[in-house]
Amino acid sequence: MNLFKISIANILEKKLNSFLSAMLLTLGIGMISLLLLLNKQLDEQFRRNIRGIDMVVGAKGSPLQLILSSIYQIDAPTGNVPLAEINSLRRNPFVKNVIPLSMGDNYQGFRILGTTPKYVEHFQAKIAGGQPHNASMEVTIGSKVAKVLNLKVGDQFASSHGLDSEGEKHGEKKYKVTGIFEPNGSVVDQLIITRLSSIWDIHDHEEDHEKAIEKKHSEDNAGDEENKQVTSALIQFRNPMGLLTIPRQINENTSMQAALPSIEINRLFSLLGIGIDTLRALAMIIISIAGISVLISLYNSLKERKYEMALMLSMGATRTRLFLMLLIEGLSLAVIGYFSGIILSRLGLWIFSRQAEQGFHYSLKSFTILPEEIYLFFAALAVGAIAAALPSLGIYKLNISRTLAEE
Amino acid sequence: MITGQNLHFSYSSQKKFIFPDISCKDRETLLILGQSGRGKTTLLHLLALLLKPDSGEITIAGKPAAGLSPEQITDVRAKHIGIIYQRPHFVSSLTVLDNILLSNYLANQKQDKEKASHLAQQLGFADHLSKKTSQLSQGEQQRVSIARSLMNNPNVILADEPTSNLDDTNCQKVIDLLKRQSASIGASLVVVTHDQRLKDEFSNQVIL
Repeated sequence: MNLFKISIANILEKKLNSFLSAMLLTLGIGMISLLLLLNKQLDEQFRRNIRGIDMVVGAKGSPLQLILSSIYQIDAPTGNVPLAEINSLRRNPFVKNVIPLSMGDNYQGFRILGTTPKYVEHFQAKIAGGQPHNASMEVTIGSKVAKVLNLKVGDQFASSHGLDSEGEKHGEKKYKVTGIFEPNGSVVDQLIITRLSSIWDIHDHEEDHEKAIEKKHSEDNAGDEENKQVTSALIQFRNPMGLLTIPRQINENTSMQAALPSIEINRLFSLLGIGIDTLRALAMIIISIAGISVLISLYNSLKERKYEMALMLSMGATRTRLFLMLLIEGLSLAVIGYFSGIILSRLGLWIFSRQAEQGFHYSLKSFTILPEEIYLFFAALAVGAIAAALPSLGIYKLNISRTLAEE
Repeated sequence: MITGQNLHFSYSSQKKFIFPDISCKDRETLLILGQSGRGKTTLLHLLALLLKPDSGEITIAGKPAAGLSPEQITDVRAKHIGIIYQRPHFVSSLTVLDNILLSNYLANQKQDKEKASHLAQQLGFADHLSKKTSQLSQGEQQRVSIARSLMNNPNVILADEPTSNLDDTNCQKVIDLLKRQSASIGASLVVVTHDQRLKDEFSNQVIL
C-alpha cells in the first residue's frame, strides 16, 4: 500500500473517465509528435538531396516542378531541352559542373535516369556489388530498386516508356544490371542509373532504325551529341556570384528556365508550413481539452470522494499527502497519454512511410525519440499536474469534522 | 484511557453545547446516549480531536491534547484513536484488505497483513478480503471498519452510532465484537448512540 497504488486504484475505478482523458492526451501528443517526425524527416530528405546543387535548368514551366522532377524524382519533367544549350553553360566561368539528366523511362515504377558519372560522384554513391555501368544499355541500380525488384548483377530487363509501370514497353532492347549501389539515403537509392546514350539509343531505335545502327558506331562522339535532347541539368557554381547572373541570363536569353532549389524548396515548405501550423494548433487544442477533461473528471470524483478524503485525513493522512495522491493521478494519466501518443505517432509514421514508399519510393523511417519530444514529455506532465492541482487544492480547505458529520 | 472535562463547544452563538465530564479507563467501556441534536457527534469529534473545544480539557492515554500542533494532533489520532463511523465509509477504489492496511499506512506504521487477516478471521469476513468494500453487506462493512480501527492498537476506540443501521442480530454481533476486541488490546471503548438497544449492554453510561 502506498500513494501510488491508491492513485492507480482510483484511476482504474473510473475507467471511462480515465480512458477519455488519456485518449485525448494520446491524440494531442500523437499528432504533435507525428508532425515533428514528418517535418524533420521531410526536411532531412529534401535538404540532403539538395546539397551541392545550386541550380537546375530545364524546359520552361513550373520551377518547382523542375526541381521536384530533377532532384527528387517525384514529379513529371517539364519537357526537353537541347543538349547543346546545356553544354554551352559549361563555358561560363562561374559554372563548375553541369550534370545533364535524361528521364522518361521506368522499370516497374522505378525511374531510369540517363546521366554522366558526375551524378553518381555528386551523391557520393558507392558500389556495393558488381561494376559501375560502362557502356550504353548497362545500368547501376539503387539499393532500394535492387531490394524491391529483386534484381541482381547480370539481370536483364526491358524498360517501359513514361514514369509509371503501365507505360508502353521498349521490348527490343534490354538493359543489363552491372552494379548495385550501397544504400546512402539519397535519391540514388531509388534510381536506375545509366548513360545518357542508353536513353537516346532506346528512343532513336524506335524512331529511326537506320539512324540508330549508324549511331552505334559513334556513341560517345561529342559532335553527335549536339543534336540530342536531355530533360534537364543540375548545375554547380564555382562561386556564389553565379547565382546573381546566370539564372537571369538563362531565363531571359534561352528557351530554358533556371530554377534555384533552395528558393523553391523554401517556398514548398512555407506552403506546407501553413498546413503544419494548422495541425499543430489543432493538436494544442486537443491537448488543452485533455487537460480540461482530467480537471473535470478529478473535480467530479473529488466531490464524490470528499468523505473519503475526510476519512483519510481523520486516519492520519496529511493534506499534502492527499494532494500528492491526486497529483499522481493526473501525472499518471499524462504519462500514459504521452507514451501511447509517442507510440501512435510511430504507427502513423509507419503507415505514412508505406504510402510514401509506394507513391514516391521515399521511406521515412526514423523512430528515435526527438529532442523536441522530450520537451513534449514535460509539457504533458505540466498539463497533467496543473489539471490535477487546480481541483485538488480543495483538499486544503476541506473541513474534516463537518464532512464526516454530514453523511 | 480518555477523559473530557468541562467541554464547551459552539458552532455559532445560538448553537452552544456544554458537555458533562467524561472518563473511560483502559479496558473499560462507556456509553453516551442522547437524542439527535444533543451534540453526540460533536462530542465524539471533540474526543477524536477532529474539533477543538472552546474550553475544557481532553486527555488521551494520560496526555493532555491542549497545546498540540495540528501535526501532533494528526499523529495522536492516527496512533492512539480508532474511530468507527455511523455509516461505514471506505476508499471505494481499494479492496477490503487495502482499506484495513490503509490505517497502518496513513499512521506511518508497518503494514501488518497478518494482523489484518487475523482480525478478518475473528470478525468473520476473511473470505471478502480481496473484494471491493461496496460488495459487502452493511453488517460486514461495519465489521471491516471495526477491524480498520483496531489495526494500530489504539488506546481509545470511539464509535459513532455503530449499530443504528443494523438489524437486531447484526447489532448484537457488532457490539459483542467491539467489546471483545477493545478489551483484547486493552483500549477504552466509547460508544455514542441514540440506539436504545444498547442501554443494557453497558454499565457506564452518560446521558446527554
